[in-house]
Amino acid sequence: MIHLKNVHKRFQKPEGGWFDAVRDTSLHIRAGEIFGLIGFSGAGKSTLLRLINLLERPDSGSVTVDGQQLTALSASALRRARQNIGMVFQQFNLMANRTVADNIAFPLEIAGWQQADIDARVAECLDIVGLTDRAQHYPAQLSGGQKQRVGIARALAPRPHVILADEPTSALDPKTTQSILDCLQDINTRFGVTVVIVTHEMHVIRSICHRAALLDAGEVVEILTVQDKQVSAQSALAKSLLEVA
Amino acid sequence: MEELTLAQALANLSDLAPEIWQASLETGLMLAIGLTAAILLGGPLGVLLYLTQPGQLFAHRTVNGVLGWLVNLVRSFPFIILMVSLVPLTRVLVGSTIGPIAAAVPLSFAAIPYFARLVEQTLREIPRGVVEAAEAMGASPAQIIVKVLINEARAGLISSLTILTISFLSYSAVAGVVGGGGIGDLAIRYGYYRFQSEVMIAMVLLLVVIVQLIQFAGNRLAARLDKR
Repeated sequence: MIHLKNVHKRFQKPEGGWFDAVRDTSLHIRAGEIFGLIGFSGAGKSTLLRLINLLERPDSGSVTVDGQQLTALSASALRRARQNIGMVFQQFNLMANRTVADNIAFPLEIAGWQQADIDARVAECLDIVGLTDRAQHYPAQLSGGQKQRVGIARALAPRPHVILADEPTSALDPKTTQSILDCLQDINTRFGVTVVIVTHEMHVIRSICHRAALLDAGEVVEILTVQDKQVSAQSALAKSLLEVA
Repeated sequence: MEELTLAQALANLSDLAPEIWQASLETGLMLAIGLTAAILLGGPLGVLLYLTQPGQLFAHRTVNGVLGWLVNLVRSFPFIILMVSLVPLTRVLVGSTIGPIAAAVPLSFAAIPYFARLVEQTLREIPRGVVEAAEAMGASPAQIIVKVLINEARAGLISSLTILTISFLSYSAVAGVVGGGGIGDLAIRYGYYRFQSEVMIAMVLLLVVIVQLIQFAGNRLAARLDKR
């Protein structure tokens, strides 16, 4: 489903010099799985996620999603490909001047859907995330957990094959965190959407992921597998993360 | 100068009513042309200034630098000097250098970079993440500008337009003095040159009322559009 091949990304530091956020990394994420990217701050997990939909363009290497090599696409072909990759953000990134329903409708509008189809799909997505009664509210009138549900509904609306979630629960309290994780898991099982989730909490990996990549200093240290909510790990770093959790 | 009674002053003003009305229309015309130019040309210029900044959609150091420099250049001119320097251009565009339409040329010229800066400032307040979300969904630059940037900044843009309108109400008074007509011109001609202080006072009061109304309407509209 998602193939990252020798991707490398570096950023120029404000004080000069370069910072290698992702170092020559390869990763294969299978169709239908919930895949975690875990590591400490600065490990490169968010950058790696953003390489998947080319929000960051790799300096070298290739990115293939759903059989399409994104790194080889023109700007307009990339825009069409991105409509097949939903994204959920830590800070929700909803449009404050659009209602909940209009936020969810946004990706459909830009994809050129007919209004009647948009309305039907928005109603469906509101139902999936349990916010039907909030359709005409504005984001400012919602709680953090509700905002993230809108974010998930918006990502889900164009029926993507992949959803990328960048620390989707880091701005939420523990109880809300669980309900958002359940929501992502529900979407994964019901619609077979591949989910890639960035987190710094082993709890998130344990509770919904099938596999996860442990990152450190821009490199994959280990691929963790989760079975019956048990994470099996070899590396010292993974074990230390498991101990904190 | 003889002693002026209130009754006499009011009688004088009522004799001038047609001219006051005419002057108000001229001021309105100057403002309408200047603001239209500001929105149609200054608006896109402001969007471009914003989008060419580092880290934005069309980040381009040179383009941003040149545009910013041009905007500063025009904004450096004291308005009265800008008017005089634009006399040849005004003659070419309008065929005359007097009257409200001629005065609207330098007014527009000054309003475009002014509004561009206001638009740029307003757009900066939109969280980068919201634009990024639209990019991630596959929105085109045009869709991002119209559906995200302008829509998210709409309340701030209305406030900016309110500031611009009020500033240019007083610019239009300056323009009036050099042959543009309008409320400011009337105040100077009767109130100052002919020592009819009551006309001056009445015109200033009229401007005070107009400014209050514009600000009130701007605040109301901005508040209604703002869902943040």
